[in-house]
Amino acid sequence: MLNVSIYRYNPEVDAEPYMQDFEFDTQGKDLMVLDVLEKLKIQDPSLVFRRSCREGVCGSDGVNISGKNGLACITPLSECVKGDKLVVRPLPGLPVIRDLVIDMSQFYAQYEKIQPYMINNSPPPAIERLQSPEERKKLDGLYECILCACCSTACPSFWWNPEKFIGPSGLLQAYRFLADSRDTATEERLANLDDPFSVFRCHGIMNCVQVCPKGLNPTKAIGHIRNMLIRGTA
Amino acid sequence: MGSLRKMSFDAVIVGGGGSGMRAALQLAQSGYKTAVITKVFPTRSHTVSAQGGITCAIASDDPNDQWQWHMYDTIKGSDYIGDQEAIEYMCQTGPEAIFELEHMGLPFSRTQEGRIYQRPFGGQSKDYGAGGQAARTCAAADRTGHALLHTLYQGNLKNKTVFLNEWFAVDIVKNADGAVVGVVAIDIETGETVFVESKATVFATGGAGRIYASTTNAHICTGDGVGMALRAGFPVQDIEMWQFHPTGIHGAGTLVTEGCRGEGGYLINKDGERFMERYAPNAKDLAGRDVVARSMVLEILEGRGCGPDGDHVYLKLDHLGEEMLNAKLPGILELSRTFAHADPVKEPIPVVPTCHYMMGGIPTNVDGQALTIDREGNDQVIDGFYACGEAACVSVHGANRLGGNSLLDLVVFGRASGIFIEKQLSEGIALKEATEEDIQRALVGLNRINQSADGENAAVLRAELQTIMQNYFGVFRRGDYMKKGVEKLDELRVRVENVYLDDKSNAFNTARLEALELQNLFETAYATAISAEGRTESRGAHAREDFQERDDKNWLCHSVYFPKSKKIGKRPVNFTLKTREPFEPKIRTY
Amino acid sequence: MMSFFARFAFTGPSNWKIQRITSILMAVYLFFIVGYLMTNPALTYDQWSELNSLLPMRVFTLLVVAAVAFHAWIGMRCVFTDYITVRLIGPKANGLRNTLQLGLAFMLLCYLLWTIKILWGL
Repeated sequence: MLNVSIYRYNPEVDAEPYMQDFEFDTQGKDLMVLDVLEKLKIQDPSLVFRRSCREGVCGSDGVNISGKNGLACITPLSECVKGDKLVVRPLPGLPVIRDLVIDMSQFYAQYEKIQPYMINNSPPPAIERLQSPEERKKLDGLYECILCACCSTACPSFWWNPEKFIGPSGLLQAYRFLADSRDTATEERLANLDDPFSVFRCHGIMNCVQVCPKGLNPTKAIGHIRNMLIRGTA
Repeated sequence: MGSLRKMSFDAVIVGGGGSGMRAALQLAQSGYKTAVITKVFPTRSHTVSAQGGITCAIASDDPNDQWQWHMYDTIKGSDYIGDQEAIEYMCQTGPEAIFELEHMGLPFSRTQEGRIYQRPFGGQSKDYGAGGQAARTCAAADRTGHALLHTLYQGNLKNKTVFLNEWFAVDIVKNADGAVVGVVAIDIETGETVFVESKATVFATGGAGRIYASTTNAHICTGDGVGMALRAGFPVQDIEMWQFHPTGIHGAGTLVTEGCRGEGGYLINKDGERFMERYAPNAKDLAGRDVVARSMVLEILEGRGCGPDGDHVYLKLDHLGEEMLNAKLPGILELSRTFAHADPVKEPIPVVPTCHYMMGGIPTNVDGQALTIDREGNDQVIDGFYACGEAACVSVHGANRLGGNSLLDLVVFGRASGIFIEKQLSEGIALKEATEEDIQRALVGLNRINQSADGENAAVLRAELQTIMQNYFGVFRRGDYMKKGVEKLDELRVRVENVYLDDKSNAFNTARLEALELQNLFETAYATAISAEGRTESRGAHAREDFQERDDKNWLCHSVYFPKSKKIGKRPVNFTLKTREPFEPKIRTY
Repeated sequence: MMSFFARFAFTGPSNWKIQRITSILMAVYLFFIVGYLMTNPALTYDQWSELNSLLPMRVFTLLVVAAVAFHAWIGMRCVFTDYITVRLIGPKANGLRNTLQLGLAFMLLCYLLWTIKILWGL
């Protein structure tokens, strides 16, 4: 029997959050954490979490699993159960709406701040803009971000300054556009990041790299942005 | 119950996936007050899971490629019940729509010349089938849907579209004239119910793969648009046509792209035989999806399946080499290692045909206007109501969709709906009034759930529904089985209508949403069942053991399911092309 | 002058560069002193005093103390703006943080003046 301890909070009922324990029979299978949550929800329909694709590409079900942020749908029990205990909490650092559902507005606001769209004001050609495979390769490891917030909510700098520090996810996306040979707004983008908080609150502790469910490396991208900023200023 | 808060827009798009966001982008660019109602944050929509690519004749792989060849393939693939006018529009407009996406920043993979990389997909040919396999599917590695969805969201951010994120549309508000005047929606976070009023209501609610027990579809694909349309009394078309994707991971249901076979992978049975050579000597593993899926099921039924229970076959990729797999199919390596515990670099992936795509949906014209059929059998435009993407049936896929055509469908027809609505708005359409009574009618279902005092749990009923659909309306269908299935659904209907919601709280109550989704799933499933039982032939994805031949004399037409009578009717297929004479039905071989 | 100062104090890249340059200075100084002590095991007061009365040595020391001051200023400001914020401890945070920063500035300035006093015996 697996002991599953889940963070519960319903603002209409509970004065404060608490951990609720469930007994769960895995029948010897190495299920994903999301499978466990789904089955517990049949037992207790008031249990609330987000989920959509259940294959690790939509980024809905980022939660804190036995102390480490990750996607419930692609985290097998064999990777996260300690003893016979599984602890599931909401991603840390952002306000909880209910149970495992957090309010991600601050996270999205930082994403929007970096102008996450292609800027190129020259008139487009009749076909696609050409880009060599080498130039395209620079976007690998950047564009795959699924906005699950596992990284940013594992980052102390984001915990302390979520309004001012862009956070690893937003910065990864910022670099995705800086690195794109088709984007022409490099200077404008760098100017928007040129302050002590947006980029430079990253102290390189690499929690983001450790938790990213897509195996991306935001710290490396932040390093590139930092170098561009430093080279850009006298 | 008092009056609801009202929000008012020029256009409201229900659904934040590919087609919804493409329509929204068009309208936001033109400055009309546009809102997108989406039950998940837009980039969590199911478009994100599309892998292999978007099929379109942009003449990158082959500079002599022609959109007319793509049109031919699509018509043939549809088993001739795709509307030729719509297919022509899609294939012709496609390149423009793709280049727009590229200009918006979509990170397509590239050729040495710097153009968009195209890979071969099933059912693709050159020179109207005479010139061999074509490579026409534009790809961003094997994450094309993800790249496309994020690019569209980014475009909408740039153009300041209003997003009602994590709002759930409950039902259509229809006025006394039968015009659609908006929807009633729940703000999931607070639980508040709001009347969202609009001059144009666009349904881009996606598919309903969750009516089956085994599906590649996300949990959120619950046919909300189809369910709402049916409850409002509008018909749906060709809803019996469900695509079973040949390669869903056995046990997990997650999709493995057709691009695997496009890049040189192939299917083998337990003897290691490349069995598709027997079923489709020319196209082999790249035959139409319906053909491949049926061949796989036959292999399994005839005892040549793999694994201890002989209930799946293998997709072999290891001969392609690690470097190639890492470059072209990185996402598949990840998925297979996670869900099949098989490393494709070394061993084959266990796969089985899995419910993937709803070819049918709300019938529309090329401009996205939703249609109903009057007593005389003529198309009637439903005032104020539009649909695009998987929820719609325009119909470009007919009885079987070709791989890579769904992304093209949603971009082209999302865009077309946007352009048409923009034109209508600029000509000045008035906001139609809804009475308090009209609004209350849209609240009936929600109120019933909110006031439920006993009944069964939504999850239990959902599981039962999925099992019935899987067992009686799967890859192979039989009249007597389907009759039994319909009986079971009739029994289930009462219990579904009587679903019990224990938790009546407001904040982020997903139990309430699941109860509402169950109603939509049920309506979609029931329409599927009646239509499948009614179409007495085999065509495309609809394969009947008791009617094994295609019957062009009686069934070269769309089926149309009417929710009030719970009966199906027929609607002629469009055979008018603007640029050439139409393609006449031929026997479909690969 | 003001804009130079503003950039110096408030932009990310200059802060980042200052932290790196000052830490290199401190490291070099540390290596030098440790090296000197190790190569002179029987060090006398006179020798030590002589070393520290050399002008280059005095300039070097002053530079390093200034480096410590800048390094501490930037580092501590970072700590203050992380932990002493309205978000974490409520509305009193701004006042408290400003007071602490003022105190820190005053302290660092004192250290600097004290160093000058020691080195040049003013």
